[in-house]
Amino acid sequence: MLNFILLIMIYTGIYALMAIGQNLITGYVGLLSLTQAGFFAIGSYATAILSVTYGWNFWATVPAAALIAGFFGLLIGLPTLRLKGDYLAIATLGFGEIVRNILNNWDSLTNGPMGIQRIPMISIFGVQISPYTKWGFLVIVWVFVLISYLLFERLAKSRIGRALEAIREDEIAASSMGINTTSYKVWAFVLGAAVAGIAGSLQAEFILSVTPGAFTFMVSIMVLCMVVLGGMGNFKAVILGAFLIQFVSYFPQLVGLSNVIPPQFKQVLFGLILVVMMIWRPQGILGRETRSAPGKPFRKGGRS
Amino acid sequence: MGSISEFFQHMMNGLTLGGIYALIALGYTMVYGILKFINFAHGDILMVGSYLGLFTFNLIRGQELGPWTIVAFFIAMIAGMIFSAGLGMLIERVAYKPLRRATRLAPLLSAIGVSFILSNMAAWMWGTKSRKLDYPFDNSPLHIGGVAITPHQILILSVVIITMVALKLFVDKSRIGKAMRATSLDQDTAKLMGIKADRIISITFAVGSALAATAGFLIALEIKVYPSMGTMTGLKAFVAAVVGGIGNISGAMLGGILLGLLETFGVALLGIPYGLRDTIAFVALIIILLVKPEGLLGKVEKEKV
Repeated sequence: MLNFILLIMIYTGIYALMAIGQNLITGYVGLLSLTQAGFFAIGSYATAILSVTYGWNFWATVPAAALIAGFFGLLIGLPTLRLKGDYLAIATLGFGEIVRNILNNWDSLTNGPMGIQRIPMISIFGVQISPYTKWGFLVIVWVFVLISYLLFERLAKSRIGRALEAIREDEIAASSMGINTTSYKVWAFVLGAAVAGIAGSLQAEFILSVTPGAFTFMVSIMVLCMVVLGGMGNFKAVILGAFLIQFVSYFPQLVGLSNVIPPQFKQVLFGLILVVMMIWRPQGILGRETRSAPGKPFRKGGRS
Repeated sequence: MGSISEFFQHMMNGLTLGGIYALIALGYTMVYGILKFINFAHGDILMVGSYLGLFTFNLIRGQELGPWTIVAFFIAMIAGMIFSAGLGMLIERVAYKPLRRATRLAPLLSAIGVSFILSNMAAWMWGTKSRKLDYPFDNSPLHIGGVAITPHQILILSVVIITMVALKLFVDKSRIGKAMRATSLDQDTAKLMGIKADRIISITFAVGSALAATAGFLIALEIKVYPSMGTMTGLKAFVAAVVGGIGNISGAMLGGILLGLLETFGVALLGIPYGLRDTIAFVALIIILLVKPEGLLGKVEKEKV
């Protein structure tokens, strides 16, 4: 039981990283990106390939994973983000599938559908952090979550964050105030990709192997659900969302009903969460963090 | 075999595939034209239509191949179309209509949710094993000047052509079609002119979904039917719609055909590995967005305040 809760908390942490990235682009800039799974896969494979094939230390692969994921973010972001928001959704949806397609087919680098096994464990000052004992790993994951949370929260409260929100509320007005909208959108997207890459690194170290099958569209949907359920534009809320979605996801195993409840059940539930939240509570459970003075009524986002 | 006949062979295969993409792209483009949003569930409506058609066909076809099986084929296709049209209208009513005045993001998220619900419900109810539609006739290829054309390709092409001509006539000539164009041009003004915009939107979803079901049923002849088939197919059709110019009906037809030809010739002549065939559409999307984001037949629209 305790073991199980630790497992849920580790996955909550890994997914919270992705949700934090998704929140920047979806919650703050108001754009739909559907490919956290793609960047997650890139980060995972970066760590796997660099550490297994090239013998890098885990701590060196993390920034590499972030950079490579961020670079691919730049590659999709540049052509699509100059245009209206809808194109990002479709390009990212395609990108996630393409990444899996390439991982499956580029045998010499990724070992195809078999994936890469025997990834060396993380070590700190010569102490190995085995994912099997879980406690140590849990601490590492949550240190990453805490650092990312603080950085992204700072960013969102800064001039940059205000610019991103201005773009969400009215892009034309924002650009006439002198905000370079394309550049802000692209950088927000790249940062979101980079942090998902880091999540991928951690995932690779937790499972100690990577296979293309682990990075399906469902991962992106789960991350989206975390942001929508917790509350768009609120980093604390998306971490809560990450926990809730992971809890729901492992609930059948937790109560020992995994034989009774079909695996599709939770996926249908994720879909329902998106639809139902949009109709009845678009601001999520905790709602957007407002920067306005207390006493000012909450205003629903959106243009009239 | 000479290279000319080989060329025509690929041409034929490309046209068949492209015709199917075009049918799906029409649904995206019509909805986008009116509501300015991507109906992510479109590909999954296609999947449901495909299954329903397949079940109906297997139910009524009987044992022997004969004239009846061809009739049964069309009955099944129409059954799938009607069911999908209803499903499309239902989805619009439940999941999109309440969000008409919300942020741009809300209907997109809702559509993603619906798409995920449909594909997983299908996997739950019908299993993930892929199925194939039996040919309603003897499918040995006919050789016309060195080009092997299978009867099912002729069937696909004729259904595609008839459907497209019918749609074009419907949109250009009928009263409802006129109302659709008016709503797409300016919804508020259309309402002031006495057009029931909500009903027109409903009809648009019904027509788009019926076209998707037709395409899905034709795909069942060509490829296989499985719960997640809508994702990739839908994605490619959307790319086709963007290539042709999103919101433009002739553009969707052109884009679909072009994409089909591009995929077939890309694999056959440019030597792109078959496993990476799906990336062709994606690369096409990125290129068109860089070079001509309004699409081949689209108009440049300046966003107004």
